[in-house]
Amino acid sequence: MESKSNIHQKYYVPEQSSIPIIFAFAALLVGFGAANAITGNGTIMLWVGMIAVVGTLAFWWSIITKESQAGLDTPQLNNSYVYGMAWFIFSEVMFFFAFFGALFYIRNIAIPWLGGEGPTAKGLAGELLWPDFEPTWPPMITPEQSLLGENAVTKGPAENMYLHSIRDLGTWLPLWNTIVLLSSSATVHVAHLALKENNRKRFNFWLGITVALAFIFVILQAVEYYEAYAHLGLTLNSGVYGTTFFMLTGFHGMHVLIGGIFLLTQLMRSANYNHFTDKEHFGFEAASWYWHFVDVVWVCLFFFVYIL
Amino acid sequence: MSAVIEKHDHHHGPQKGVLRWLFTTNHKDIGTLYLWFSFLMFLTGGAMAMGIRAELFEPGLQLMDPIRYNQLVTMHGLIMIFGGVMPAFVGLANWLIPMQVGAPDMALPRMNNLSFWLLPAAFTILLSTAFMEGGMPGFGWTFYAPLSTNYPNIAYFVFAIHIMGISSIMGSINVIVTIMNMRAPGMTLMKMPLFVWSWLITAYLLIAVMPVLAGAVTMLLMDAYFGTSFFDAAGGGDPVLFQHIFWFFGHPEVYIMILPAFGITSHIISTFSRKPLFGHSSMVYAMVSIAVLSFVVWAHHMFTVGMPLAAELFFMWATMVIAIPTGVKVFNWVATIFKGSITYETPMLFAIAFVVLFTIGGFSGLMLAITPADFQYHDTYFVVAHFHYVLVPGAVFSIMAAVYYWLPKWTGNMYDEKMGKLHFWLSFIGVNVTFFPQHFVGLAGMPRRYADYALQFAEWNAVSSVGAFLFGLSQLLFLYIVVKAVFAGKKATAQVWDGARGLEWTVDSPAPYHTFEIPPKVKG
Amino acid sequence: MKKEIGLFLVFLFSVNLNADWLDVNMPLGVTDISVKVFGIHMLMFWIMVAIGAVVFGVLFYAMWRYRRSNHKNAAQFEENHKLEIAWTIVPTILLVLMALPASSLLKEMYDHEAEEGGIDIQVIGWQWKWQYKYLDERVGSKPLSFFSNLTTPQEQYEFNQATKTENYLLEVDEELVVPINTPIRFLITSNDVIHSWYMSDFAVKQDAIPGFINVAKTTINKPGIYRGNCTELCGERHAYMPIVVRAVTEEEYQNWLQDHRETAAQLAFLTEREWSQDELFAQGKEVYQTRCAACHQVNGQGIPGFYPALAGSDVVMNDKFKQIEILMEGIRGSQMQSFAEQLNEVEMAAVITFTKLSWDNNKMGSSEIVIPKDIVDYKNVDT
Ligand code: HEA
Ligand code: HEA
Ligand code: HEC
Ligand code: CUA
Ligand SMILES: [Cu+2]
Repeated sequence: MESKSNIHQKYYVPEQSSIPIIFAFAALLVGFGAANAITGNGTIMLWVGMIAVVGTLAFWWSIITKESQAGLDTPQLNNSYVYGMAWFIFSEVMFFFAFFGALFYIRNIAIPWLGGEGPTAKGLAGELLWPDFEPTWPPMITPEQSLLGENAVTKGPAENMYLHSIRDLGTWLPLWNTIVLLSSSATVHVAHLALKENNRKRFNFWLGITVALAFIFVILQAVEYYEAYAHLGLTLNSGVYGTTFFMLTGFHGMHVLIGGIFLLTQLMRSANYNHFTDKEHFGFEAASWYWHFVDVVWVCLFFFVYIL
Repeated sequence: MSAVIEKHDHHHGPQKGVLRWLFTTNHKDIGTLYLWFSFLMFLTGGAMAMGIRAELFEPGLQLMDPIRYNQLVTMHGLIMIFGGVMPAFVGLANWLIPMQVGAPDMALPRMNNLSFWLLPAAFTILLSTAFMEGGMPGFGWTFYAPLSTNYPNIAYFVFAIHIMGISSIMGSINVIVTIMNMRAPGMTLMKMPLFVWSWLITAYLLIAVMPVLAGAVTMLLMDAYFGTSFFDAAGGGDPVLFQHIFWFFGHPEVYIMILPAFGITSHIISTFSRKPLFGHSSMVYAMVSIAVLSFVVWAHHMFTVGMPLAAELFFMWATMVIAIPTGVKVFNWVATIFKGSITYETPMLFAIAFVVLFTIGGFSGLMLAITPADFQYHDTYFVVAHFHYVLVPGAVFSIMAAVYYWLPKWTGNMYDEKMGKLHFWLSFIGVNVTFFPQHFVGLAGMPRRYADYALQFAEWNAVSSVGAFLFGLSQLLFLYIVVKAVFAGKKATAQVWDGARGLEWTVDSPAPYHTFEIPPKVKG
Repeated sequence: MKKEIGLFLVFLFSVNLNADWLDVNMPLGVTDISVKVFGIHMLMFWIMVAIGAVVFGVLFYAMWRYRRSNHKNAAQFEENHKLEIAWTIVPTILLVLMALPASSLLKEMYDHEAEEGGIDIQVIGWQWKWQYKYLDERVGSKPLSFFSNLTTPQEQYEFNQATKTENYLLEVDEELVVPINTPIRFLITSNDVIHSWYMSDFAVKQDAIPGFINVAKTTINKPGIYRGNCTELCGERHAYMPIVVRAVTEEEYQNWLQDHRETAAQLAFLTEREWSQDELFAQGKEVYQTRCAACHQVNGQGIPGFYPALAGSDVVMNDKFKQIEILMEGIRGSQMQSFAEQLNEVEMAAVITFTKLSWDNNKMGSSEIVIPKDIVDYKNVDT
């Protein structure tokens, strides 16, 4: 077996490595720490874990980058990364699928049943248990509120996030967010084209714009949340409307943040270290796929959470 | 870590000492870790099952209060599924897939190591609840809301599941990438061994449903601690929504626990019949159909939650359809045996027991699929009998068959055949004595998850407990046989079994630390 | 080892020959639907047996006939399209044969409409008891309603301190009484977590989902006492919330209704009476043991992490109004449920008094007792 010579035709199998197990330990700290924090048992472990996770991940990726720069990546290994990234995004799609599924179920099944619609058995719920609940979307009062009024614990919002009149279009944040995110998808594409032409300056410029747009989006969303909590009475506690609204947009927002950091990393690699060539730039491509995915999720959100 | 870059060009054998295991990137080491971990979990979950059966030996509360009983049942289910069966199959995948497709290792070896080490992390969190006020989860492995949202310590459970999920997803990505990208030249998809095929499909199922489970536990966490109302009618949600999401994960999950078993059984039956499998491609199509169908049958676990008639009918029919591809598989195995030249070594015994007993479990599954009858069966011991028939003499037997079958390849030593047969017969008798009577008490109306029961069920429960102790004790024999074969035993040849086919039988036994550094050529 | 187990099994069977260990199948039940369900169950069973006989028959034959010592050289064939088509088509046909009757029976079971002359009973699952509300019968302004609690004494199930009686775990204080030959709609829901109302003899099993209603319609053909269980894991005492239904003739049913209305009327009278501390304590003790001890334990210590101790509880010792409120309203989002409908004013006052005077609570806090009038006052202020 020793005689096999040309290493670069071989698949690169890394030597033993201590990072994975350290990362697993960090994950243990984060998981345990998060549970501690939520149940009121202190947050120290969570912070230590978070720092450890970020640290090991950064270290891990720096190694991968080094290996790639050292030319260890055979086309076959690159292919593995491509497949890996694609399937990872698929798993993310399924995660959002669960939340969209919940939204559809609640809107089209649970709320009507609670309001007394649907087949005999289901309609009886409205009649016997929630006589005054009106099945509308978004529900501005919760079933509990329809029964107990002011004594209810879970109350609907004072206002919802839909566009109320066409005159408000200009100040309607979701629209701006859509514009921001859609144009960022375009700019990341332009950056990609520039990279393929080996025009690093243009690439850096357009990627920079994309990253900026990503953070603008996050800021706008923060403003929107502030509005919701401070002025509209729309919170996580305002029944299913608040629940689905914040969980869907919240998880999406988190993904925007992650995607933004992912893109920013690629920008720094290119600007500071001149990584990537017109042929070899999977790190960037992966980030841009992720970005497009985040974008598509937003378009679905925009339709199902803000318009329909 | 620049060392990585400098000394990449000479591979040597394994490092010495414990660091080999902690830092390994070798698929065989990782496979071994997975297998031992799962065995440990099997013993833990099994010990809990013994607790359950001891409590149920007679009516009344003898050994524990009902809280503890519910906790045992819950943890038994969780540990057996997420700690026992799934990691065992991942371990087998690690050992076998690279060897069977002619690859040097898994595609992403460091991530592979991470996938494994996340599991002990997850189970540490899950089991640590045993030492907290409020104790372990006690809401059933299905953790239906709102029972679970009001339960103490649920946050620990949620994050444990998250970490297990990440581990499974990464493991599956690795499997898929290895299969799609690392096959030796000439190994076309249709030529792939069935175990590899079964895992390709399983991995796809895992990537599709583990994130959904993550979504379900996240919603649960939000409902429990942050005031959302996904599963609370008072706020406009619906507890049944939880069940839909859970079973959208849950049903594919049960096929995740049986598809690799189908792959294993196909290899073993063909080997010991000394015949090629009757229909390789029809087996592949059958597995693909089962996987696709598994996404549209989830609500057969929820026939009694009060779904509208149309939904009940749809899920009944869709579920019944699964019997057709599964039947194709069973008939294929029988046809493979037909006109073979059969010997009955331990792996073959387990494989045949698998075919028979899994089919019995499938039959009761089909009965459960009949909605009007399920109104009687649901949440009784008839269901418990069904799923233990498909899981214990199904999934677990197939894992044992696989271990006996490939152990000589892994260790270079033959296991003790006499002891193996003894282990088989004790297990075979034990498993049937344990779970067959559960059909009876179930039909007579004994509900599951009961710490205590009416007098009319006493006799069969006692029988079942006796069977369970027999089955449990015989697993110690398994441990003994495996350990013995690791350290000593008749040396195995490369071929090991004279009827075996496939790349893994072309390399030495034990298989060299790095198998195919240069891909083998696969001929037509 | 094996011999011991064998002997043990023989022992088990022989001591129990008189019991119903031969009871290995689904009961036929006492409704038209349950008989049909039984029929479809047996149909399925025999089809499975038949398929099993064929598949296993061929398998065992092949295993025996083609063993190595008998068949040296394996035939090397693969695939046979005719055979494969056959083993796809035949099961399909069998499945259709099963699906057709199953579907039409299901449709029949899904008839949820109210019927002329039928009665509606709302069934509400609580941790861990059932409440029944006869929606068509009134007591005062409210529907006739009562709770059905397990009566098997604790000594019978905890460590088997007492011998178990015949209906061990299947006996309740108030049975659900219904007339035979009358279509009854059970409108099933829950107050807390999911339960499931399971009466094997009627082939009824419907989950009780908090906030939603499920319907099961049944017409009982035979008078008798039928026993069932909760079949959805609902926490600690899931195994201890049985269902007992007494099906009687129409006439007996009317009498029973009459009795029930009268008892309700008498209760109002009891409230007005003067109650001494000892009387209240004695009655409170009984109420505590049947209604509260499941969670807060007989010794008042609760279970750490699940149920708070009442012994030494600040609320119990010092906050009379708060305790009445907790018992009347329950604590939202916890397992502490409202007892407003479960206990009458006397029982309510009695149990509070009991908790205030027990476990040294009276030594540490105020030993002020609560009388039925306090409860009445609370109710009047509230509405
Ligand atoms: C490995 C795991 C596994 C497997 C493979 C299966 C396989 C099947 N299961 Fe099972 N099931 C579980 C694990 C599994 N199940 C678990 C864990 C639960 C309980 C979960 C819980 O509540 O905790 C459960 C519960 C469960 C229920 C819910 C019961 C209830 O709660 O009321 C139902 C209902 O339809 C069901 C049906 C089926 C069917 C139709 C199959 C089919 O795939 C079986 C197909 C196989 C055959 C039919 C035999 C071979 C075929 C032939 C020989 C061909 C000819 C046959 C005919 C034409 C009939 N299962
Ligand atoms: C792969 C999954 C798997 C496996 C392998 C098993 C294996 C076993 N199971 Fe389990 N079981 C489940 C999955 C599984 N189970 C699930 C999902 C549930 C539902 C949970 C829920 O309702 O939420 C369940 C529920 C369940 C119940 C129902 C409890 C209830 O509803 O109240 C029972 C009762 O008999 C039971 C028994 C057993 C027994 C006796 C074994 C035996 O096969 C175990 C044998 C193994 C060993 C015993 C370990 C090895 C030996 C030793 C450690 C040595 C020590 C031995 C002795 C002291 C004798 N299981
Ligand atoms: C199903 C379980 C259950 C039953 C039955 C039950 N309780 Fe409780 N009880 C609880 C739980 C859980 C709490 C704590 C709720 C919380 O604070 O979140 C509680 C709290 C209380 C409190 C407040 C204690 C404190 O210190 O804050 C009192 C008083 C009380 N219960 C009395 C009773 C009485 C009297 C009965 C019987 C008539 C009873 N409970 C029956 C579960 C139960
Ligand atoms: Cu109520 Cu189980
Ligand atoms: Cu299923």
